[in-house]
Amino acid sequence: MSEAINDVGESVETGESAAGKVKKFMFINRKSPYGTIYALESLEVVLISAAFDQDVSLAFFDDGVYQLVKGQKTQGIGIKNHSPTYRALDGYDIEKLYVEKESMELRGLTTEDLLVPVQQLSRGELSKLIDTQDVVLSF
Amino acid sequence: MPMLHTVNKSPFYTYTLESCLDRAREGSAVLLIEDGVYSAMRGTPIERRMVEAMKKLAIYVLGPDLEARGMTYDRVVSGVKVVDYGGFVDLAAQHNNVQSWL
Amino acid sequence: MALVVNGQAIETDEEGYLANRSDWTEQVATEMAKIDNASLEPNHWEVINFLREYYEEYQIAPAVRVLTKAIGKKLGPDKGNSKYLYELFPYGPAKQACKYAGLPKPTGCV
Repeated sequence: MSEAINDVGESVETGESAAGKVKKFMFINRKSPYGTIYALESLEVVLISAAFDQDVSLAFFDDGVYQLVKGQKTQGIGIKNHSPTYRALDGYDIEKLYVEKESMELRGLTTEDLLVPVQQLSRGELSKLIDTQDVVLSF
Repeated sequence: MPMLHTVNKSPFYTYTLESCLDRAREGSAVLLIEDGVYSAMRGTPIERRMVEAMKKLAIYVLGPDLEARGMTYDRVVSGVKVVDYGGFVDLAAQHNNVQSWL
Repeated sequence: MALVVNGQAIETDEEGYLANRSDWTEQVATEMAKIDNASLEPNHWEVINFLREYYEEYQIAPAVRVLTKAIGKKLGPDKGNSKYLYELFPYGPAKQACKYAGLPKPTGCV
């Protein structure tokens, strides 16, 4: 892709590819919130990606659905609670959050247990959606 | 007392819990910590495994790790005992040895 | 960077951001501004306090675009624009105001 980012965060054309073509980026989150650093790293990259005015969506499946569980209180384990940041995504114009129904059910969770509004998709629907993306980033 | 086993992995992510439960000897204790606490939640296929395991093992779960993950105590499988860090230390002291399943 | 408030040294990183968010007081903000040859007026405080509330709620310092939009929503369009915010904080509203607010550097700022 011959695109670059200028210093005010706008995408600029540097080659013959279609100027300013918005690409579909999907971030896939499959890890629990505190067991590894993946969840936090993904969230940071998502926030940075928002500066580039692309079509960003987030998918949560496997243990990734645990990232969105509400009521996380981390004082006892001495780790920063980054879950409130998912509620800031809306302000970053990141509004497409998907959770996989099968992953939720396996863990005894419903969308009521989550701290942000999400769209719940079946495994098949989500796989189909992932197939339509231009860029897929896995965490 | 015999061994205290600790498990710190999600049962949906690795086989560690099964591996531990299959090998822990009768009368020993299993303490679920970090992502291991997800094993203690009701309404999952692991619940039945936990109930079965409690016939020969004592199962504990670390409270601060539950709270961090938004898992409330009322969702813990009945019979699994919630302990704090002090309880963790007591368990370690009461048992002959600790085996950490990583 | 040496930041001294009431004769007490406050730890900062090499860019002047507070090492410990809990060290923040209004006086700390005033002293930080002095280092940049700036003085803080009510309009500055409005933004600084907004940032502190934002951080309290979301646990991040907002990107400048997000800050501008959110300020506009809360304080009106005459304040929710880059011109107004850059006049208040010429080093960049997100970066400079976050620093005075005792927050970390906004995610995505390079």
